[in-house]
Amino acid sequence: MQYHYHKHDVIIVGAGGAGLTAALYAGKEVDTAVISKLYPTRSHTGAAQGGIGASLANLEKDTWQWHAYDTIKGSDFLGDQDAIEFMCKDAPSVVYELEHMGLPFDRTPEGKISQRRFGGHTNNETKQPVLRACNAADRTGHMILQTLYQQCIKHNVNFYDEYQMLDLIMVDGECRGVVAYEIDTGDLHVFHAKAVMLATGGWGRVWNITSNALTLTGDGAAVVLRHNLPLEDMEFFQFHPTGLFKLGILITEAVRGEGGVLINKDGERFMPKYAPTVKELASRDVVSRAIYLEVMDGKGIDGKDYVYLDITPDTVNKYFEIDDSRQPNGELRHIDSDYVRAKLEDITDFCKTYVGVDPTKEPIPVQPTAHYAMGGIPTDIDTRVRANESKKDVVTGLYAAGECACVSVHGGNRLGTNSLLDIVVFGRRGGKVMAQEVKEMDFQPIDADAAAAKVQAELDGILNSTGEETLAVLQQEMKTVMSKDVGVFRVEEGMAEAVAKIRELRQRFKNIHIDDKGKRFNTNLLEAWQLGCLLDLALVTAESALARKESRGAHARDDYKERDDENWMKHTMAYMDADGKVTLKYMPVAVTTHKPVKRVY
Amino acid sequence: MKVTVKIQRFNPEQDSAPYWKEYSIDAEPTDRVLDGLLHIKNTIDGTLTIRSSCAHGICGSDAMRINGVNRLACKSLFKDVGTTVTVEPIAGLPVIKDLVVDMEPFMEHYRAVLPFFINDDPAPQTERLQSHEDHQRFDESTKCILCACCTTSCPSFWANEDYLGPAAIVQAHRFIFDSRDHGTAQRLEILSDPDGVWRCRTIFNCTDACPREIKVTQVIGEVKKEILYSKL
Ligand SMILES: Cc1cc2nc3c(=O)[nH]c(=O)nc-3n(C[C@H](O)[C@H](O)[C@H](O)COP(=O)(O)OP(=O)(O)OC[C@H]3O[C@@H](n4cnc5c(N)ncnc54)[C@H](O)[C@@H]3O)c2cc1C
Ligand code: FES
Repeated sequence: MQYHYHKHDVIIVGAGGAGLTAALYAGKEVDTAVISKLYPTRSHTGAAQGGIGASLANLEKDTWQWHAYDTIKGSDFLGDQDAIEFMCKDAPSVVYELEHMGLPFDRTPEGKISQRRFGGHTNNETKQPVLRACNAADRTGHMILQTLYQQCIKHNVNFYDEYQMLDLIMVDGECRGVVAYEIDTGDLHVFHAKAVMLATGGWGRVWNITSNALTLTGDGAAVVLRHNLPLEDMEFFQFHPTGLFKLGILITEAVRGEGGVLINKDGERFMPKYAPTVKELASRDVVSRAIYLEVMDGKGIDGKDYVYLDITPDTVNKYFEIDDSRQPNGELRHIDSDYVRAKLEDITDFCKTYVGVDPTKEPIPVQPTAHYAMGGIPTDIDTRVRANESKKDVVTGLYAAGECACVSVHGGNRLGTNSLLDIVVFGRRGGKVMAQEVKEMDFQPIDADAAAAKVQAELDGILNSTGEETLAVLQQEMKTVMSKDVGVFRVEEGMAEAVAKIRELRQRFKNIHIDDKGKRFNTNLLEAWQLGCLLDLALVTAESALARKESRGAHARDDYKERDDENWMKHTMAYMDADGKVTLKYMPVAVTTHKPVKRVY
Repeated sequence: MKVTVKIQRFNPEQDSAPYWKEYSIDAEPTDRVLDGLLHIKNTIDGTLTIRSSCAHGICGSDAMRINGVNRLACKSLFKDVGTTVTVEPIAGLPVIKDLVVDMEPFMEHYRAVLPFFINDDPAPQTERLQSHEDHQRFDESTKCILCACCTTSCPSFWANEDYLGPAAIVQAHRFIFDSRDHGTAQRLEILSDPDGVWRCRTIFNCTDACPREIKVTQVIGEVKKEILYSKL
């Protein structure tokens, strides 16, 4: 068995915002390496548009406590309040730190970091939207990713670019390394480590219409699941209300933050019916459901399943007047085309390129798009991966941060701008914690041969399979059933069907045939392996959803319309055994100050 | 509509040299060339190899030569590139397989220009202030996604692979004109090297190739000027 062997104190899998932040902090103190299947700057953090939330109060009064309460309310009271408080308190300091690393934020007239409005973020006294999202035009994620990567170069962090992690090395319940596949050569590499952090991002590719990159296939979460460790709250997957029609490309909530309104086929602005106070700036689950209900009611444009998002200055200014919407200085809000182009540069470009619409002149066709995994690998506030639902046991040597992790700061529904915040807050925390812990420990033994052989056998299983099933067909069938039955609205029969269908697809996956049997840059093989990950995640998502008999946050059921705090204010912990049998257990929600109340926007 | 896609293929494990292969597919006019390539990979030949990720022009994975000019496959629609499309790898970097090239030489040039913020003054409690105008001074070059469309369209780079190339200069520009940064002197030193900015012959291919619409040639011109001023 041939493989390469490496040893680093800390291995971080994933070079998005979470992985790079952790690498920066761990790398300053101990030998740290980052493994990423993409060049770091190609990670999907770079797609994030609107902003990063922090109560800097640069333009108007704001406090971290308001931010925390908004997040708890946004989570539909499923978020762990201790973790949320930690994140919101830490937010201003991480944003300042990013600025000190050179991040080019937009500026206020005084030269401070500029802030904009975003869904669910409010002044808790007036209940009106508050200026909290710190932004760099509409490419905030791009600037965060670039800045972090630049700093990693400056601090000589080790990178293994275009290496794909395929397995964790677990010994006696402890994580002691990973096995990765070098994409260029097809060689296997065993990475022996004292601490491993997973920061592999989300898995929107389970669904048909998604804002997520082709490479967001949930590898880290699936690998954890296969080691008989639980995944938390998998039924909570966010559908962002405004994806570009058919393509799913995200049109940031900042469009609505800057005044954009949602319009149905009758020209009616429908959000006031669903969220009278904050209207378009209600939380995403609420807005996505509103669009869905309009469409079901025959109010979609041209009778199809989309509506208009209108940011043309005439429309926006008209509604500013009707709503008497004012700036912090008391002036009536007003926008013009130049302002829209400057603040929404990339959005303008996407609309023109992909649907031929100039958003300063015409409305944008939008529909909900699978966007963000609230659930994932359960961790405590120090990013240590939980071994079970006890709230006490963690997996020695294993950490997770970013979208693949579930701390849980987003609960049933994430607020916009809170993921970029999550990745830097917990990336930093995790980096520091790992650095501390590995200093006091030695490398523990591993059986590198066995670890590599196990992965080779898994790959050989795909390479040597003589079946007839194709990747494209299996993937499409998975997406179709998940979009239909485990999407914005859910019912018992649909979800039961989805579970059965995904089980069938997992069987058929064993007969998959791929064309490329080579060693060099075999993306065909890796895509097949990734489909295996998606299918496992789809299964636990559907099973977790089927079991939860209530509606909360992004999990909306037609047959159980109300939130049921008495029975269901708890986190799902889903385990899967080698045969694909899923076992669900539950873990209490951490409540500090805020008792659940009904959510009204 | 029917589309013919001619792709330059090369498998290092089998082929001694690249060759052209034609595929005929159905596509919507609004489909991206990337959609077409993935369709070929999914339904005709799974060995076709490309890099791709975001599929909407922000990650920089899928730069390639489409009808002879550098473009992102995910930002080129069939309605704009026509019904007979040629696709080949970007030029000037070693081809690994099909449309995938070795990015390492490109990244090396990028790393050479100190592409990171330098300011050793103690940081204030809050943000360093910067006026809107000072921010605008370098805003354009912050849009770069390191796709290599510009550098690999540059005849000067083809002629001399040691030339840092447009992308690295854009990255340097981003810091040189940032009022908060203190590394300008070091960077200008690096860029005034014979393999630095002076290899630029103002051919404008880079500006034309940039999928982010950065005025690359102008950016390089500003750096050239800064070097001249700094020598006065
Ligand atoms: C279009 C869009 C816009 C958004 N806008 C906002 C916003 O305005 N504000 C906000 O707060 N949030 C936003 N989000 C959400 C936020 O951007 C993401 O949740 C966050 O960036 C995820 O960061 P991450 O570091 O966890 O993962 P990612 O950035 O996705 O990185 C994942 C990394 O893991 C690596 N990887 C994956 N699998 C493997 C493997 N098997 N082996 C090796 N490496 C692997 C990848 O190469 C990559 O480097 C947006 C999301 C999208 C899709
Ligand atoms: S796939 Fe990301 S730029 Fe084309």
